[in-house]
Amino acid sequence: MNGHTSAEERAPLQKSTSSLHIHIQPTDSRTSIGNMSTSLFRASALRCALRASAPTTASRAGLASTAIRGKATLPDLAYDYGALEPSISGKIMELHHKNHHQTYVTSFNNFSEQIAEAKQQENIQAQIALQPLINFHGGGHINHTLFWENLAPTSQGGGDPPTGALSKKINDSYGSLDSFKEKFNTALAGIQGSGWAWLVQDTQTGAIGIKTYANQDPVVGQFRPILGIDAWEHAYYLDYQNRKAEYFKAIWNVVNWKAAEKRLK
Amino acid sequence: MVLISLLSTSLRAFASEQQPFEFGEMARPPFTLPKLPYAYDALEPYISAQIMELHHSKHHQTYVTSLNDALLFQAQAVHTTNIVSQVSHQQLIKFHAGGHINHSLFWENLAPASSSEAKSSAAPKLSNQIASTWGSEEKFREAFKAALLGLQGSGWGWLVKVEVGQEQRLSIVTTKDQDPIVGKGEVPVFGIDMWEHAYYLQYLNGKAAYVENIWNVINWKTAEERFIGTREDAFKILKAYV
Repeated sequence: MNGHTSAEERAPLQKSTSSLHIHIQPTDSRTSIGNMSTSLFRASALRCALRASAPTTASRAGLASTAIRGKATLPDLAYDYGALEPSISGKIMELHHKNHHQTYVTSFNNFSEQIAEAKQQENIQAQIALQPLINFHGGGHINHTLFWENLAPTSQGGGDPPTGALSKKINDSYGSLDSFKEKFNTALAGIQGSGWAWLVQDTQTGAIGIKTYANQDPVVGQFRPILGIDAWEHAYYLDYQNRKAEYFKAIWNVVNWKAAEKRLK
Repeated sequence: MVLISLLSTSLRAFASEQQPFEFGEMARPPFTLPKLPYAYDALEPYISAQIMELHHSKHHQTYVTSLNDALLFQAQAVHTTNIVSQVSHQQLIKFHAGGHINHSLFWENLAPASSSEAKSSAAPKLSNQIASTWGSEEKFREAFKAALLGLQGSGWGWLVKVEVGQEQRLSIVTTKDQDPIVGKGEVPVFGIDMWEHAYYLQYLNGKAAYVENIWNVINWKTAEERFIGTREDAFKILKAYV
């Protein structure tokens, strides 16, 4: 597991842990990207990826400025912090978005710059050491961006059941929406530690399924994220404390199925 | 009493589902929630009474209850030589047993800040080895802090005594989720819980402040005893609440 040590790795950890210390620079460089739609997020992520790969053809001297131009930014919420009450309190939403998500963005940018430098210096060890941090903080940014978007206040359609192709797939696979929610909540409750549960679509077969991911591991590769629920304690603890089953039950009242439908292919 | 009634409920529920198997005394789930060696508010202001009460009476209790449930299923699977069922329950047992072990050790390695136990002078031998390993207690704390803040997700940070041949070394070890320190030759000296439920109500996303403050309530006397003692000594608390 990323960031954790196995018995074999423990001895050298004593002297080297400080290099893993995550330095967080609070920043007010929050940039509005307006109403964040999936396509906008993807386009923004794609631009980042393009920029990150661009230096292979650009001069090495241009790396640093390229990394700065490709910085990830905290997306605005499409609703007020208090808009998901009583399912999720305004206080949780504000901390979760403005502090937790911001930290993932800041750290992702920070470690992206470091990995760019390591590439420039052809330091393979440093690149490998930074990869779990890119996965963690980049994953945190991706997961939360998708999460905010797949939630909505009840006044903006939150909780309205899915329609069309997604509704059909859910009924075909799980019998009914209620039965799907029950299985999804069982998956959420079964997470041992921090993590997420996702409704995913298999990019090879088109089938949907429920998958859980540890920590901030993002849904990438074979599966496409359709709907994600954050099961980290910070997502619910101020409202629900140890009663996480109540959070898992309440959050369906603010799930934005319209956003989920748009992600399905 | 709540625990006993929970257990007997789960025993009854289980027995009725799994007939004709019947549980003898040997199969009775044995673990109970240890009492805290101090009051819930005794670690204030560094850890609030609200956190301590939830953490002990709810979170730790859930690990104990779920461990006993999982062991009950395991006993059934062993009885029926169902190897698939046995293997499928191992991770559940590891998680909840780890939660019980970790929290039991954690409560014991904390102490009110005003007590003499909370001073590192209560651990002369351990302090010596810390100083010779990291250079100074200050540097040790910095290294420990870095390890704790480097955890990605839920987990723990431990100071571990590792027996290597005739030698005893100290090591800072982080573990994910509820993985316990149970390796051969490893003695957990003290642990710090980095699950968000351990600090969130008080520190919110400011976990660095929690990591700073917890040094005020480390029980160095317990740490010294675990450092000097055997592995079995360190885990004796678990046997006291069976």
